[in-house]
Amino acid sequence: MLDTAFFYAFALLVLGGALLTITQRNAVHSAIWLIVSLIGVAGLFLLQKAEFLFAVQIVLYVGGIMVLFLFVIMLVNLDEAARVRQFRGRWWVALGCLALVAAETAYFVIKGRDAFRFAPRPEMPASPLGNTEQLADVLFSTYLLPFELASVLLLVAIVGSVVMAKKRI
Amino acid sequence: MHPVTPSHYLALSVALLLIGTAGVLVRRNLVIVLMSLELILNAVNINLVTFSQYYQHTHGQIFAIFVITVAVAEAALGLGILIALFRNKPTVQADEIDLLKW
Repeated sequence: MLDTAFFYAFALLVLGGALLTITQRNAVHSAIWLIVSLIGVAGLFLLQKAEFLFAVQIVLYVGGIMVLFLFVIMLVNLDEAARVRQFRGRWWVALGCLALVAAETAYFVIKGRDAFRFAPRPEMPASPLGNTEQLADVLFSTYLLPFELASVLLLVAIVGSVVMAKKRI
Repeated sequence: MHPVTPSHYLALSVALLLIGTAGVLVRRNLVIVLMSLELILNAVNINLVTFSQYYQHTHGQIFAIFVITVAVAEAALGLGILIALFRNKPTVQADEIDLLKW
């Protein structure tokens, strides 16, 4: 099936990009691989018929945040950082803990496979509205207050980052 | 080939979360630590969208939008702090910024 093939292709993009992001020596290469990973996530959104989030992911992450990262990489000189040791002293402790968490999760999911099932999905008629319209309907009615609060959060972030980056406050 | 179930997406999300956490814990370069944070937030978004699609309920996607908003604010502020730090002490290695350490 085409869906399955696309899922595995995007999963490969996501995981491969993520692994290369955290292992690259040069921060610019890291950023490029992060873009690959984020595009993979956008593809997964499209596969799940979340078209609006797909567009947001491309425009905001790949277009916005990554440009911000690249600018900061140019601003702070990272040539020095690429030459020194890349991993912390006791990195094996961190990786050991993560492996433990992963093994534990896998163990319990496999062990409790019979108990682990999703609630039945409700049989709802397909909405005639598109994904963006459905989201807008909910966002501007039920979630109006969080939406406004998000704008306040963004304002705080703007002011904060300007204050942070100023030479003298 | 088997059809893709929500479990596949959840497994992918867990794997991405673990990779992101590994990046945060292991890397010394602060810029890459911030990138790993983005990976973690993306893992959460995959999870939210999966359940939103499975239960035909848009609220999960709304939540994903808020997560993206917070991720943007976090990236902007984190990088601003990084620049302010770099001005005071020209290093981006997480373990060399230890002024508060006794």
